[in-house]
Amino acid sequence: MDFDALGGCLTTASCVVTQLSAGLIIGMLLFLVASGVTLIFGVLGVINFAHGSFYMLGAYFAYTVYQLSESFILAALGGALGVMMFGVLFERLLLSRIYGANVLMQLLVCYAIVLILDDLAKILWGAEFVKMPMPAEFRVPPVRFGGGIVPVYYVVLTVVTVAIAVGVSWLMSGTRFGKTVRAAAQNKSMVAALGINTTALYVGVFALGSLLAGIAGGLAAPIRSLVPGMGVSILIESFIVTVIGGMGSIAGAFVAALLIGLTRAFGSIGFPLFTEGVMFLLMAFILLVKPSGLFGQREA
Amino acid sequence: MSLRALKELALGAVVFAALAVVPLLADNKPFLDFIIRLAIFGLFALSLNLLIGYTGLVSFGHGLFFGLGSYAFGLAMQSGKFSIPVAFALTLVVAAAVGLVVGTLCVRLTEIYFAFLTLAFQMFLYSLILSWVSITGGDQGLLGGIPKPEFLGVDLGRIQHLYLFSAFMLVVGVLLMRQIVQSPFGHALRMLRDNPDRASFLGLSVFHYRLAAFVVSGVFAAIGGILMSLYVSGAYPAFTYWTISGEGIFMIMLGGTSAFLGPLAGAAIFLLLNDIVTAVTEYHGLVLGTVILLFVLGLKRGLLDYITEFLAARRDGARAGRAGTR
Repeated sequence: MDFDALGGCLTTASCVVTQLSAGLIIGMLLFLVASGVTLIFGVLGVINFAHGSFYMLGAYFAYTVYQLSESFILAALGGALGVMMFGVLFERLLLSRIYGANVLMQLLVCYAIVLILDDLAKILWGAEFVKMPMPAEFRVPPVRFGGGIVPVYYVVLTVVTVAIAVGVSWLMSGTRFGKTVRAAAQNKSMVAALGINTTALYVGVFALGSLLAGIAGGLAAPIRSLVPGMGVSILIESFIVTVIGGMGSIAGAFVAALLIGLTRAFGSIGFPLFTEGVMFLLMAFILLVKPSGLFGQREA
Repeated sequence: MSLRALKELALGAVVFAALAVVPLLADNKPFLDFIIRLAIFGLFALSLNLLIGYTGLVSFGHGLFFGLGSYAFGLAMQSGKFSIPVAFALTLVVAAAVGLVVGTLCVRLTEIYFAFLTLAFQMFLYSLILSWVSITGGDQGLLGGIPKPEFLGVDLGRIQHLYLFSAFMLVVGVLLMRQIVQSPFGHALRMLRDNPDRASFLGLSVFHYRLAAFVVSGVFAAIGGILMSLYVSGAYPAFTYWTISGEGIFMIMLGGTSAFLGPLAGAAIFLLLNDIVTAVTEYHGLVLGTVILLFVLGLKRGLLDYITEFLAARRDGARAGRAGTR
């Protein structure tokens, strides 16, 4: 524990800005992954333990597309759409077969996929860290902001993520698709009885959740080292976010992701080894005080 | 003591005797190693199944007790103040106390909320172990070995003795857990698993029964942890990492939740699978994952569950066949 360093940082404008921006983008990436987890859980009632690996796939896909095309837009798209397709295949070929079975079976299938994907990544991209270069369009001087500096890419990532957050919220609350999905989450057989294809609805939600993980991976590729197994820590953190924000709540996921991102950024200065401990304490606290989470509707 | 309990006691004694003569017949170290590991993970998986299978509480944080057992025992032995039996008993007391506190907080919740809260406590211990370097050695683990002074002529520094000790603990643990499951307490657990509302209408305190199950299962998991620290002569943060809990669930699912010995069978399958796959290929996740998928999509239940159902179906089929010819 080094609280002097933390105090020193908090009184220096440049350090505060640096850590704030770092926490912000951790939070943004976390939100993208967690919103997929929370969406899939809220509607399908399935906890997708493979979601962290989807994020990893997105990053590697983006890396490969960038190497081939040298275009960041294509890379990000490749990551997002590739993972979406993978997610649909995963739901159709594996997950859908065990919807009726024991919940622990779903856990096992996801666990198996995590193991397989990590090894496939090792085979395809190697066990070593790889790094995607920062795309040329973002290799510009950082923005000055309140005595500190923020890389341009951070700003772009934040803007894109906020736009996606608004878009997904609108999709879920303002469109017919969103209303149908929420109705199916309440009572699937009733929705099916009204003549709506709930199988397609499930695929759609799973595709959307996978897409979000893929976007997160693609956006993370230029600023993170890629390595097989990189999905695990973001998976655990996105669970914390989901629980704190409330299962099924997009707004909750956003707030909680920011909270965890900032905890990480400032914790890495004050208590680097105990940052995870603090995050789990937060989660335990929320579960004990309000199990449905900050924005949760359902009662535990 | 009921006739059934006596029968099981006799069966346990026979199994232990059979395990005890093996090293006399052949000095087969891989076999001894395997039984020690089976005792470690078998006790862990069986104890977890007390919660998952019999109480209906899916814990993601059972590794808490596994790690706690290994660290508490290791630290007690390294202090040099205790003999092995005393440190053993002390560790179980610590595990029960922690189980009481954590359980009081956790068992109020159910389903996924219970799972995540237990995970949170386990990962909290993990972070504590990582950051409290002066006591735990941080990510290096509890180094310097664990002293194993002789007691009652048992020298756990020798693998044959550790083997016998582990086999004994496994048999005793299995018998005790079997007794618990068959006791009125065990029946009450199953009742509140199937219908907690009804159980509480009948006057059972769901909270207290769940708490008791949590503590009991934690204590048995701690025994697994103790054996682990004796086996590797140390304790490592990985013992409290979430993957340990994940593997426990995996073992239970491989073996099945309905047969009492399912988790033990699952632990054996898991260990064998791991050993074989690791020996054959470096891509051990790929093969293991594929096997799991085949298992899950093919059987859709644990192996012992499958066998029990298969035998039951054949018995019924045979009965139906006889009835048909008559």
